[in-house]
Amino acid sequence: MTTICDSPAEALARVADGSTVLVGGFGMAGMPVTLIDALIDQGATDLTVVSNNAGNGDTGLAALLAAGRVRKMICSFPRQSDSWVFDGLYRAGRIELEVVPQGNLAERMRAEGAGIGAFFCPTGVGTPLAQGKETREFDGRTYVLVLPIKGDLALIGAHRADRAGNLIYRKTARNFGPVMATAATTVVAQVREVVDVGEIDPEVVVTPGIYVDRVVVA
Amino acid sequence: MSSPRNPRTKDEIAAAIALDIPAGSFVNLGIGQPTLVADHLSPGSGVVLHTENGMLGMGPAAIGDHADPDLTNAGKIPVTELPGASYFHQADSFAMMRGGHLDVCVLGAFQVSVGGDLANWHTDVPDAIPAVGGAMDLAIGAKQVYVMMTLFAKDGTPKLVPTCTYPLTGLGCVSRVYTDVATFDVGAHGVGLVETFGMTAAELTQRLGIFLG
Repeated sequence: MTTICDSPAEALARVADGSTVLVGGFGMAGMPVTLIDALIDQGATDLTVVSNNAGNGDTGLAALLAAGRVRKMICSFPRQSDSWVFDGLYRAGRIELEVVPQGNLAERMRAEGAGIGAFFCPTGVGTPLAQGKETREFDGRTYVLVLPIKGDLALIGAHRADRAGNLIYRKTARNFGPVMATAATTVVAQVREVVDVGEIDPEVVVTPGIYVDRVVVA
Repeated sequence: MSSPRNPRTKDEIAAAIALDIPAGSFVNLGIGQPTLVADHLSPGSGVVLHTENGMLGMGPAAIGDHADPDLTNAGKIPVTELPGASYFHQADSFAMMRGGHLDVCVLGAFQVSVGGDLANWHTDVPDAIPAVGGAMDLAIGAKQVYVMMTLFAKDGTPKLVPTCTYPLTGLGCVSRVYTDVATFDVGAHGVGLVETFGMTAAELTQRLGIFLG
């Protein structure tokens, strides 16, 4: 059952040190900045963060990194023109990095959410990112074994929720939200507005409320 | 002896690629130079652009007040939507790619081998931060992978090589290489020279040190 929280602090009151946190967004589109700020205030540290990028500018994920709370980043594209916070930590040897092809990043979380124990995928065959990983041939093509990613917590940015926790997104800000919402023990969504049950057409719900534990308006 | 024609500009390369994309194709244009191809697609071609952050039917870059922080391309540039556009999440976006539903992708490259291996994600220099994004998924997923690049690096070394020395993005995935001085077909049967611009076939063979069929 979904709880509509009065504040971001209430939604993130209990986050354990050492948690794996899935953070939505592609760049700043869909990034749950208010929830990340609340996580910084809450104080959890030694985190593993899974997100497509490794922070942009000085807000959102970049602020969490700058606060020294992240032990390891799992992402597809850390290096960007405005990723100076991550770049500095990485070059100083103060953060671990696991680079994952973007499709694998998404599919690893989809697999987790769907109860798939592992999958074989052709991405990365013959490249450094597949080194040391099991491969198998099916129908003449080589595939690499890829394992799921499970989050203790997912922080996602959506456009609108109803009181049952059904979510809709807006344009390309949808990106990782629907996949991350399925792959973590606790899922917290930051939305622009909460409407009454019945006010979102069931035909257009993208993330059904079964996946969503807490919702905060921000 | 030199060829009468001059090397192509980036825009001329982009225009050549646009001309080779079949009408009605679903196409992904990589970050950087390949995005120029969009400017040369004719409106009547029916080509639909895919952006891996979750959209089909991507329109031109959004200007001024039309920029919407919720609507960007894979390079995080604000873009617009065309009639018939659709949005989807990341697992669907990459299933579309990896499942073989995209007809063409156009990527930049550090190196391409004569057999069509692609190296475009990491230079492996000690201070470089590795970042792959969707490059490996695109390389193995799209039915046709075109590369758009200059034929020679800034230090003059060829980027079409017998074997890639940079870390690979994908094996045997590139079918065609469009450069400033020539267009090549590459693959299991080796390199075929399609067209030259400002260099002769003999000069190219000498500079590249590879057999051009």
